[in-house]
Amino acid sequence: MASHDHAHDHAHGHDDHHHGPAKGLMRWIKTTNHKDLGTLYLCFSFTMFFIGGLMSLVIRAELWHPGLQFVDPEFFNQMTTLHALVMIFGGVMPGFTGLANWMVPMQVGASDMALPRVNNWGFWILPFAFTLLLSTLFMPGGGPAGGWTMYPPLVLQTGEGFPFLIFAIHLMGISSITGAINVVVTILNLRAPGMSLLKMPLFCWTWLITAYLLIATMPVLAGAVTMLLTDKYFGTTFFSAGGGGDPVLFQHVFWFFGHPEVYILILPAFGVVSTIIPTFARKSLFGYDSMVYATASIAFLSFIVWAHHMFTVGMPLAGELFFMFSTMLIAVPTGVKVFNWIATMWRGSMTFETPMLFAIAFVFLFSIGGFSGLMLAIAPVDFQYHDTYFVVAHFHYVLVPGAVFSIIAAVYYWIPKWTGVMYNETWGKIHFWLSAIFINVTFFPQHFSGLAGMQRRVPDYAVQFVDFNMISTIGAFVFFIAQFIFIFNMIGCMARKGQKATDRVWEGAHGLEWTVPSPAPYHTFEDPPLMTDTELTAVHDSGAGYSDHQPPKHA
Amino acid sequence: MSEEAQDGGRKRSSRQHGLRLVVVVVAMFGFGFALGPIYDALCKVTGINGKTSGMQANAEALPAIDTSRWVTVQFITTVNGGRPWEFRPEVSEVRVHPGQLSTVSFHAKNTEGRDLVAQAVPNVAPWNAAKHLRKTECFCFNNQMFKAGESKEMPVRFMIDPALPADVDVVTLSYTFFDVTESAAHKTAPAKDPQQS
Ligand code: HEM
Ligand SMILES: [Cu+2]
Repeated sequence: MASHDHAHDHAHGHDDHHHGPAKGLMRWIKTTNHKDLGTLYLCFSFTMFFIGGLMSLVIRAELWHPGLQFVDPEFFNQMTTLHALVMIFGGVMPGFTGLANWMVPMQVGASDMALPRVNNWGFWILPFAFTLLLSTLFMPGGGPAGGWTMYPPLVLQTGEGFPFLIFAIHLMGISSITGAINVVVTILNLRAPGMSLLKMPLFCWTWLITAYLLIATMPVLAGAVTMLLTDKYFGTTFFSAGGGGDPVLFQHVFWFFGHPEVYILILPAFGVVSTIIPTFARKSLFGYDSMVYATASIAFLSFIVWAHHMFTVGMPLAGELFFMFSTMLIAVPTGVKVFNWIATMWRGSMTFETPMLFAIAFVFLFSIGGFSGLMLAIAPVDFQYHDTYFVVAHFHYVLVPGAVFSIIAAVYYWIPKWTGVMYNETWGKIHFWLSAIFINVTFFPQHFSGLAGMQRRVPDYAVQFVDFNMISTIGAFVFFIAQFIFIFNMIGCMARKGQKATDRVWEGAHGLEWTVPSPAPYHTFEDPPLMTDTELTAVHDSGAGYSDHQPPKHA
Repeated sequence: MSEEAQDGGRKRSSRQHGLRLVVVVVAMFGFGFALGPIYDALCKVTGINGKTSGMQANAEALPAIDTSRWVTVQFITTVNGGRPWEFRPEVSEVRVHPGQLSTVSFHAKNTEGRDLVAQAVPNVAPWNAAKHLRKTECFCFNNQMFKAGESKEMPVRFMIDPALPADVDVVTLSYTFFDVTESAAHKTAPAKDPQQS
């Protein structure tokens, strides 16, 4: 039997819970096991990172010099559009869902996700969604080329691929909503006895809040693209001024989804970093409660700042001011988090294994992205920065050394638990340094070309930007190649080649996931575990936690 | 409670919890569509996006003319989607007193070899003047039919309301012509009155 059906199993009693997974391809298609699905999600995510990465290399190759070298402008614009859609909806979001699948049940002491069949569905929708999306490249008129934000009326000029784009977005939305519902229900219903909400590991907290953001905003995106579809094919005029609609309305609806979406892409990363830094600083997380409240306030504020993407559409002054100040307000809880991470490291007995290196790089480089965000939040200067490479630099700093580094850090951190084998630390460090250096080589110069006026989404540019662009292109190619070090290192773990990992794996690690053997058995926590203080990662400012500098005992 | 019963209970409550969240999802999908009317209503009440809502003036009940003040009204025309039609104002600007009715004429010609239906969509800058530009007659109140090659002179009768904020002395009225041949064929009347949105 490929899937492990609990309702059915309970009729047999507990003994045959210890059988492993079924063999063969059907195991993966029919599986409802959270660990299998976590693996599937992560493999899918890295496949998409690869495809999206190839697209970005087309973009960077074309921008090596001004003028047109390799591709025509239409194809260039298809690449920028699909690169973003593939990376956001195919890479980062499934990557985090994969981590949630693996870790949320193990961290709260549940035997599986709450709705395992929905979970299977949620994953298997994704390959279809992305086949639809990528197939548009081979259709008359080509893929979507109006930018990932799909603004009408431009996007309505997409060729025959247009309905495929819309249905692909619908499917991606359904997939992430099912994932989100599963996370919420698992966390709220299946926590082990003794694990109150304010004792949960921070990764669970940030994912819980992310899941609510997904549930609230993905349907709004679905609505927006549905209106695009009916505008194009069924004669409605939601976004057409000629029939009484307004194209600016689309931007409002899109960004009402879009800004919470950028926090969907970063909150789980906050959770990952808040897990890794205490482990390698051998201290408990500084300010656990303030982390939870900061996450919740960021999520709340993310609903009232959307029009900072629209400063130049001609908003009234009152609107510009409101969205400018509310956006700046988000920097406050974000600052609280950065402060807490630094305070956690302060006077810790730090070691710098690969996951920690990525986590520290996250703190520094994400902060740079936060600062450029604050600059963009100033409405009067955004008139100059908007739609330039400065915006491109901003969101790549928060998304690549932010979200993507956190996914990489999380995989390094937990893969010994998943496979039972340590990754190769030397190659891990080489991978880290190449990534950290070349991501800056790629994106730092874009701040300058953007400030000097280079527009985004254009294949040609003025000659004075050529140096910055050549540096960027070199950075992008080296960064891309360096990721194969990571892929091979992880494949080594999956092939069980390497040093055997202990159950605790990291000296300073705490949490229920470290109490099970390495590799984690196919079924864990069939009987709810008992929380002990050693495994408590949540340390309240007043309460007691595990004592510092005491390596936990384990076999 | 036996372990099995407890497990069954958890399963049931998980499913219920999941279904409650599905209801939220459906509600938010609806909310996405509701944002359209909400946006229209907001714009209509505040006039913040330059749309000239509530601008049809009653020709019988005109306010007194404020001769102490001059306002320059400029006219801009655009044809949407780079179509080759001719569309221009007869004069590019006029100077008027608030409260005074004036008439200007616009010229349009369908240079394509087919009949078409066009709809002009007005917009006013600065945004706080939008409420105060009132018209008694405008080609934008209705769809305009053009036979292939036909040209028209179309009048606009308008007045600047004396309540126009004191700091505004230049008002720009812009018209964009949209080709609505296809959607006009879909339905005999436009779904929403473009004046009101
Ligand atoms: C302190 C926090 C932040 C502030 C103040 C901020 C501010 C802004 C502003 C004002 C813009 C619009 C710029 C323009 O188009 O002219 C922008 C764009 C963007 N931001 Fe942020 N941001 C912050 C954090 C983030 C985070 C955490 C992410 C994602 C992980 C993110 C992702 C993006 C993206 C993807 C865009 C560009 C969207 C597009 O036009 O394609 N930002 N940000
Ligand atoms: Cu935003």
